[in-house]
Amino acid sequence: MTKSILAVDDSASMRQMVKLTLSSAGYQVMEAADGRDALSKAKSGSFNMVLTDLNMPNMDGLTLIRELRTLPAYRGVPIVFLTTESDAGKKAEAKAAGATAWIVKPFQQDQLLGVVRKIVGA
Amino acid sequence: MSSADPGQVFREEAAELLADLETALLQLEQNPDDREPLDTAFRALHTIKGSGSMFGFEAAASFTHHLESAFDRMRKGELTATPAMIGIALAAKDHIRILIDDPANADTAAGERILARLAEQSGSATMPAPHRQEPDDADDRATWRVRFKLAPDALERGTNPLLLLDELRGLGDAEIVAVTDDVPPLEELEPTRCHIAWDVLLTTTSPRSTIEDVFIFVIDETELTIEPVLASSPTPAPAPTMVCDLPDPSVPTPPDPVQPVTQPPQSKADAGPEKGKAQPVANSIRVPAERLDDLMDQVGELVIAHARLKQLISDSVDLQIKSVTEEIERLSNGLRDITMGIRMVPVETLFGRFRRLVRDLSQELGKDVLLTMSGEETELDKTMIERLNDPLVHIIRNSLDHGLEPAADRLAAGKPRQGRIHLSARHAGTRVLMTIRDDGRGLDRDRIRAKAEEQDLIPPGAKLSDAELFQLIFHPGFSTARTLTSVSGRGIGMDVVKRTVDGLRGTIEVSSTAGGGTEITLGLPLTLAIIDGLLVRVGQGRYVIPLFAVEECVELPPDVERRHAGRNFLNIRGALVPFLRLRDSFNVRHPPDPYQKIVIISSGDKRVGLVVDQVLGDHQTVIKSMSKLHADVANFSGATILGDGSVALILDIAQIVAAGQIQEQRREAS
Repeated sequence: MTKSILAVDDSASMRQMVKLTLSSAGYQVMEAADGRDALSKAKSGSFNMVLTDLNMPNMDGLTLIRELRTLPAYRGVPIVFLTTESDAGKKAEAKAAGATAWIVKPFQQDQLLGVVRKIVGA
Repeated sequence: MSSADPGQVFREEAAELLADLETALLQLEQNPDDREPLDTAFRALHTIKGSGSMFGFEAAASFTHHLESAFDRMRKGELTATPAMIGIALAAKDHIRILIDDPANADTAAGERILARLAEQSGSATMPAPHRQEPDDADDRATWRVRFKLAPDALERGTNPLLLLDELRGLGDAEIVAVTDDVPPLEELEPTRCHIAWDVLLTTTSPRSTIEDVFIFVIDETELTIEPVLASSPTPAPAPTMVCDLPDPSVPTPPDPVQPVTQPPQSKADAGPEKGKAQPVANSIRVPAERLDDLMDQVGELVIAHARLKQLISDSVDLQIKSVTEEIERLSNGLRDITMGIRMVPVETLFGRFRRLVRDLSQELGKDVLLTMSGEETELDKTMIERLNDPLVHIIRNSLDHGLEPAADRLAAGKPRQGRIHLSARHAGTRVLMTIRDDGRGLDRDRIRAKAEEQDLIPPGAKLSDAELFQLIFHPGFSTARTLTSVSGRGIGMDVVKRTVDGLRGTIEVSSTAGGGTEITLGLPLTLAIIDGLLVRVGQGRYVIPLFAVEECVELPPDVERRHAGRNFLNIRGALVPFLRLRDSFNVRHPPDPYQKIVIISSGDKRVGLVVDQVLGDHQTVIKSMSKLHADVANFSGATILGDGSVALILDIAQIVAAGQIQEQRREAS
């Protein structure tokens, strides 16, 4: 069964890279440009995993994680967030908000795949 | 997906982010306490850094990192956006751009200097950009006992113990036993909670750190023990160490100093309508400009093909064909409008660049200048916007350099110390008017006249209206600046401005009051691809006159020849208007129609009549540019294809009016 992933980032190049990496590994990827966009897409579809950046306009990643966790359909759905080395405080906040895992930027494509496989399986 | 090269996508994106950054910085300079531009600037830097390092722009990313840290501190209220800081940030922004677009030619020393100034301003040595840790070396095969119990809510939060166990299996030989001691009686069982622990005997060549890495995401809330069982090289079991970049729970993170909300989106959500720029719509796509050009071309062909079809069936009585043709007309018109709409971008994208220009120039010239804008939301064709950049830059430079006086002179003249430049754009029918207004000293009529006489542009003592006089500044080599400054008086002159605007089928009007400033207005068509024209016939040929230039059509009085003794002038409501017989210009041998018409056209404030055989009516046409062979043909700016497939040439108004003026000057001289 193809696993579907919602990739949320306000950077188009980042989304493109995530999409290329994950689709070539057989995942289905839908893109969202910010938290608000992601939330409406999450409500209208179902995903096996959400991958989100934290710093975004309209609705940031932390709010998105909290909002998703209030939806019954997203209880138990892994949420992976992107963070940087310098964001230690943010990481704890995101975990408290209900995130499953994180990826430290900058990362290589294989690291991304590693984390996604680890979190939702191949 | 348009291009498979993420690097290129990143470059495009970075260009936009840098433009946003600059706008935000300049806003911040005006209102240092404004939260919104600060957040915008930080986000732009954050994205450039994050994405930059992903796509191999390491130098740009590590450089941006320093700036981002400084802005993060501003958001936390630890630093303020002083003018000096903004200056450094602008310089840094320029440097980032070079690092992204042309890293080979980046001046590393200049970058270092910017960082040094940044460190000085923010009063701290900036942290070096972080580097990833290398994994430690593998040691020999050993057996470990791994016991773990997940947090009760781990399942709800998306952690899947099966995957963790699979990963342990992947490291070597694993014997897995589920520990069910903590599973409660059924009536107390909560199915969403995780009650089971696991005990795993794992024989692997991987080091302890790799095993710990399996639990990287749950390590702080999981009861985890990893003990060596049969190590071939006995190593004491060290306490579990933090491998990755986890916040160490034993070290509480220092509470942030008092700070405003650091999550702008949340505070924005209930802030009602936002001021300033609208947020970009999430579901938009980026399309290379060439594709839009191709689309416009195709739509143009479709419009022409439809016109031919319409002509072909004009005598047909077949209602079905007629109704299909009408349907196609509706669709192709709709398609044309949509395509033109897609190519439209707000003038703001152009005006925005000038904020920085004015700021830098005012510092360079030591003049205090306030730039204001209005009508930035007015939309124009993308190509138009691109081509207007250079002429507008030149006009603005001129305003700052020659128009605005030094502060002392302004005060002496009873004006406010600060000079003003106002950029505005507005729609006027099918055209857009762009105005650049300054409140400087105005154009010096006497000097322009003297200079023009010196260059034999006008006969000495010629009577000229102000508008005519001001048009002289567009002559090549015409500059009244007594001293060449580094700002203007070199590079492109006003003649190039005029040529560019003419090339866009635009007009330039200049008005000025002595001591009160100068106003230059560019009138521009909305699009370069389609023109509203008046279709006329001269002999057997058909021509298109751009409608914006047409003032009126009148009959050519049959006695005009006798009254003016061969001179081609017509009295239009008291004003003598020179006219040209297009028959003569185009060497038409065909006998003229008995009742010829004159189409009065204007360019600037000049009017010329064009004598034609017949006015066929107005006509919206798709412009085809002339081939290279015909590019220099006088009097025509392009061509179009009519419904019957024949070609009609489009008249070049500016050139024809100029020709008419020469005729008038001869009359005055005689």
